[in-house]
Amino acid sequence: MDFGLTEEQELLQDTLRSFVAGESPVSKLREICDSESGYDPKVWEDLLELGIGGLIVPEEYGGVEMEILDLALVSEILGEGSVPVPFLGHSMAVAAILYAGSEEQKQKWLPVLASGEMLGSIAYAESTDEGEIWEASQATTQLSDGKLNGTKRFVPHGQFADLVVVSVSGGGLAVVEIASAGAKLEPADSLDRSRPLSSIVFEGTPAQELPNADAAVVARIRDIGLVLLAADSFGAAWQLTRMTIEYAKERKQFGTPLAQFQGVKHQISNMATDLDPTRALWWYAAHALDHIADESEKNCALAKAHITERSMEVARSAFELHGGIGYTWECDLQYWFKRAMFNRVFLGTPSEHRARYADLAGW
Amino acid sequence: MDLKLGKEHEAFREEVIEFLKGWPLSGEETKLPQVEQDQIFRNQAIEKGYVYRDIPTKYGGSEQPHDVIKDTIIQDEFRKVGAPGNIFSIGAAMVAPTLLECAREELCDRFVESAIRGEVNWCQGYSEPNAGSDLASLQTRAELDGDEWVINGQKAWTSMAAEADYMFGLFRTEPDAPKHKGISYLLIDMKAPGITIRPVKQINGGLEFNEVFFDNVRTPVGMMVSERGKGWQVSRATLKHERNLIGDPNMLRNTYLALVELAKKTIRNGRPAIQDPRVRDRLAEIEGYVTTQEYSGLRQLSAAAKGEELKVMLPMMMNKLYSTDTAMMLTRLSQDIIGGDGLIAPNDAETAMAREVQHTPGRWVYEYTAAIAHSIAGGASNIQRNIIGERALGLPRDLRLE
Ligand SMILES: Cc1cc2nc3c(=O)[nH]c(=O)nc-3n(C[C@H](O)[C@H](O)[C@H](O)COP(=O)(O)OP(=O)(O)OC[C@H]3O[C@@H](n4cnc5c(N)ncnc54)[C@H](O)[C@@H]3O)c2cc1C
Repeated sequence: MDFGLTEEQELLQDTLRSFVAGESPVSKLREICDSESGYDPKVWEDLLELGIGGLIVPEEYGGVEMEILDLALVSEILGEGSVPVPFLGHSMAVAAILYAGSEEQKQKWLPVLASGEMLGSIAYAESTDEGEIWEASQATTQLSDGKLNGTKRFVPHGQFADLVVVSVSGGGLAVVEIASAGAKLEPADSLDRSRPLSSIVFEGTPAQELPNADAAVVARIRDIGLVLLAADSFGAAWQLTRMTIEYAKERKQFGTPLAQFQGVKHQISNMATDLDPTRALWWYAAHALDHIADESEKNCALAKAHITERSMEVARSAFELHGGIGYTWECDLQYWFKRAMFNRVFLGTPSEHRARYADLAGW
Repeated sequence: MDLKLGKEHEAFREEVIEFLKGWPLSGEETKLPQVEQDQIFRNQAIEKGYVYRDIPTKYGGSEQPHDVIKDTIIQDEFRKVGAPGNIFSIGAAMVAPTLLECAREELCDRFVESAIRGEVNWCQGYSEPNAGSDLASLQTRAELDGDEWVINGQKAWTSMAAEADYMFGLFRTEPDAPKHKGISYLLIDMKAPGITIRPVKQINGGLEFNEVFFDNVRTPVGMMVSERGKGWQVSRATLKHERNLIGDPNMLRNTYLALVELAKKTIRNGRPAIQDPRVRDRLAEIEGYVTTQEYSGLRQLSAAAKGEELKVMLPMMMNKLYSTDTAMMLTRLSQDIIGGDGLIAPNDAETAMAREVQHTPGRWVYEYTAAIAHSIAGGASNIQRNIIGERALGLPRDLRLE
C-alpha cells in the first residue's frame, strides 16, 4: 500500500511550480487580469509544451496517458499560482471526448486538443425558470438533427475556445466547433479574472453528439471537474495561508510582528489545520476515479463540497489578518480569494454536493 | 498512489480473518466469565503474533517485526468482530511502550508484562494545581534519602488514581536546575504510606479523575526511569503515545457511524431525523472532516511504513486538534437529534460506557461531554495551536510580557 505520490508526480509538481514562479508570477497575473481581453495565450502555450493539454489522453491520440490524480496535481499548482490559463474547461472537454466520443471523434479531436492546437471548454450551466442548472442530466438545451438550441452560461475561457462540449436535454453531450458554427458569444464581467467566463447562445448551431455519453460517463466527467476544482482551491487556499504567514511575520504593530500575537498565530494555525489534512481527501478522490470505481462519485462530491468550503474560510481569515491593505485592489490576496469563490460555485455549490452525497450514501 | 494491500498483506488479512472465526468462543468455554473468555482468546492471538506485537516475548508479547500495515489490518479485523485484542488501558498503551523505550531492564522485567495483561493498573501523575499547560513548572518534589526518593506535594486531575496500583509521574528532583532539566520520571506504589487520594467529580457525573497528595511518600531509587533530570524527555515519549490514542481516526469513524444510526432511528417532526435536509447537510459536512482525517491517517501510516515521516509532519502535528474539533461537531449534532432527551443526565451505565447502552440518548450526552475533555487533556487545544504555528508553520514564539 502506498498513499503517496510517485517520484514522477513530485517532479511534475516541482517542474510546474518553478514554471509558474518564472513565467506566471503575480505581476504577470495582474497584467493579464487588467488587460482588455483578460487572457494571454503565451502562458498556456508554454504550459502545453509540458504536456498538460493531453495529460490523460492515451499515447495513440497524442497524449501522455497519465491518471486523473496527475491532472489534479497540476490543478493544485495552477490554483497555488492563480495561473490564468484555460486548464479547467480544456481538461473537462478532453475528458468528455475521450470517454464519450466515437473512435472517429477521438481521432479527430484528441490529438489537436492534446497539442493545444485547439482549445476546449465546457458549456454546462443554464439559468432556467426552474432555477440554475449545472448537472448535465438536467440540461434543457435541445439537440435535434445535429442542431443546438438553447443558452449556456459560465463557459470558462469560452470566448477563446475553439471547441465546446455542451450538455443537452436527455443527459447527453454534444460538441460544437465554435468559430465555424457561428454561435453567439457574450463575454461576462467575471469576478475571477484568471478564468473569464462567457455566455453562449445556440440558435440552430451545428453540433455533433458524443454517442457514448451514458449516465456513468457523464457523471465521471463531472467528477473530474469536481476534483480539479477541489485541488485548485486547495492550492489557492494554501497560497493565501502562506501569504498570511509572511505578512504576519513582517507587519509590526505595538512594536512587534503580528505573528507574535497569539491570537494571530492561532488563527493561522487554524487556517492550516482546516486545510492541510484535506490534501488526503482530494488525492483519494482523484485516485478513486481511476482505481476504485464504486467510491469515486461519493468522494468527489465530498472533496468538492468540503475543500471549496474550507478554502473560503481560509480566505476570510487571510483578509482579516491583512487588515485594511488586504481589502485593496492593489493587494494580491484578491486573486486567490476570487479563485476560491469561483471554485466554490462552479459545477454547483457545496450544499448541493452535500445533498448529493447524502443521497449517494443511501440515507 | 496504490491503495491495494499487496500480496503479502492481502494474504495476511485472509489469515487474520480465518483466525477470527474462532471468536466468539464456543462449547464449554462460553460458560466462563467474559474476562476469562477474553483472556483465553487473547492468549491464542498472542500465540499467532496478532496481539502485543511490539512487546518482547519474554514479557508476554509476540515480538513481531515492526509493520504498521499489519497492525492496521489486525485492528480493523478485530474491531469488525469485536474480538479482544490489545488491552486498552493507561498501562498497556502508555507505560509499557515508555518503559521499553526509556527504562532499564529490571523495570521492564518487573512491569511490562503485568501492564499489558491489565493485571496491574497505572495512573499518570503529571499535572498539578499550578502546572497544567506549563507542565515543566511542576513543583511536587522528590528528595533523595539513602536509597529512596521522598516525595512531597500534590498532583491534580489524575485519571483512575483510585483504581491504580502504580503511578508514573514527573517530580522535581533538581530544584536548582533550569525548569525542564530539574525533573525526573518516577514510578510509585499507590499503596505507599503517605498517599491520599481524593476523587473529583466530573461534569458528566463520573469520578474518573482525582487529586493525589504526597506526604513523605517513599519510592526506591530503582524506580526512576532513565536518569535524574531526564524526566522531561521520557515524558515526551509517553505523550506521543497518549496523543496517538486521542487522535485515533478510527474512533472518529465509529462515533460517526453511530451518529448516522442515531439519525436513522430517531423520529423528529414525524419522520426519521435523517430525512431532514438540515440533518443531512450537517451529517455530510461532518463526513468531510471524518473522511479527511481517515485518509490523512492512512497517508501518515503509509509514509511511516516507508520511513518518510518527514513528508507528513504537518498533518501529524494537526491530528489531535483536528480530531478533537471534529468530535466536538459530531457530538453536538447528536444533541440536535436527541433534542429533549439531552436534558436528562446520563445514568451510571451510560457514564461507565457499558456495552448495552451504546446507543441510548444518555450515552450521547456523555459523549458530548467527553468530547469537551479531549480539548483539554493531553495538551489543550491552544497548546496544539502553538505547536502547529511554531513548529509546523515557522511562526515566532509567543510574546512574553516582561
Ligand atoms: C478528563 C481529564 C483527564 C485528565 N487526566 C489526567 C491524568 O490522568 N494525568 C495528568 O497528569 N493530567 C490529567 N489531566 C490534566 C490535563 O493534562 C490538564 O488539564 C491540561 O494539561 C491543561 O492544564 P490545566 O487544566 O492546568 O489548564 P491551564 O493550563 O490552566 O489552561 C487553561 C486554558 O488556558 C489555555 N492556555 C494555557 N496556557 C496557554 C498559552 N501559553 N497560550 C494560550 N493558551 C494557553 C489552555 O489552552 C486552556 O484552554 C486530565 C484532564 C482532563 C480534563
